[in-house]
Amino acid sequence: MSEPISALQGATYTQGIAEITALDPIGMISLRGDLTASYLKKPVKKITGVAMPEVRGINLDAGKGVAWMSPDELLLIGPYADVATNLETLHKAIGSNHALAVNVSDARAVFRVSGVHTREVLAKLAPVDTSRDAFAPGTIRRTRLAQVPAAFWMIDDDTAELVCFRSVAQYVFDLLKTAAQPGSEVNYHRG
Amino acid sequence: MLILTCPNCGITAEETEFHAGGEAHLTRHGPGASDDDFEKYLFMRENPKGVHFERWRHVYGCGKWFHAARDTTTLEIFGTYTAQTSTVPQDIIDKITDRRPDWQPPETA
Repeated sequence: MSEPISALQGATYTQGIAEITALDPIGMISLRGDLTASYLKKPVKKITGVAMPEVRGINLDAGKGVAWMSPDELLLIGPYADVATNLETLHKAIGSNHALAVNVSDARAVFRVSGVHTREVLAKLAPVDTSRDAFAPGTIRRTRLAQVPAAFWMIDDDTAELVCFRSVAQYVFDLLKTAAQPGSEVNYHRG
Repeated sequence: MLILTCPNCGITAEETEFHAGGEAHLTRHGPGASDDDFEKYLFMRENPKGVHFERWRHVYGCGKWFHAARDTTTLEIFGTYTAQTSTVPQDIIDKITDRRPDWQPPETA
């Protein structure tokens, strides 16, 4: 096996009002099917160790977790190295039922945005209310960043993680850099 | 700018997160249909000045389709409802008649 390499290989931007980091590859499995079925709920619990998320929710614990993507889709997050084993667990549990589990780890790029202006940087790019009340940790938002689809969630009050398609990784990184350029504070979402 | 609430994921967002899918509640006339029916199904659309029922897709979000009732002149959204229906739900009709007392539900809706 060749080494997994992320699209931007750990690029960072620290000169701006928020710190932007392209993260190393993480394991992501897209799971589609009837989310109430036990043949999906059981393996998801076994793999991630967290409870099924509510609508628009994301449950993360120590780098493993599961996010609600749509009424029939989940995103399983975990270490990159575990994806093959986890897929096998899922496929065994699904059996002949109508559901789909696919490794999408290499199709995505992951970013972290951190700093007191994180919410502002996101708000400049996405049509989303990123205020503390409306967008708390534990919620995931699938939306667009300027012209491309992306999803993001808050790790804590001032840190967000963001996934987009790998093919637009450079575009998203440039967008985030522009939105975080020095002197561009709006101070709308601060305390 | 329209602000729509997706009934599938509950997110309220502005229209750039969605994609319009044309008139709602069309009856499909496929193989075996008369030429007139087929022509109507393919080409003939309502173009009202006022209340209109539309299909929308939450394209940048959950990716699901839904229906919306809106006014084409004032851009007021009366409500959004599931795509799994071929008729307009009564609560949407009630909301429209609240705002537009003269409006009559279309026979096909």
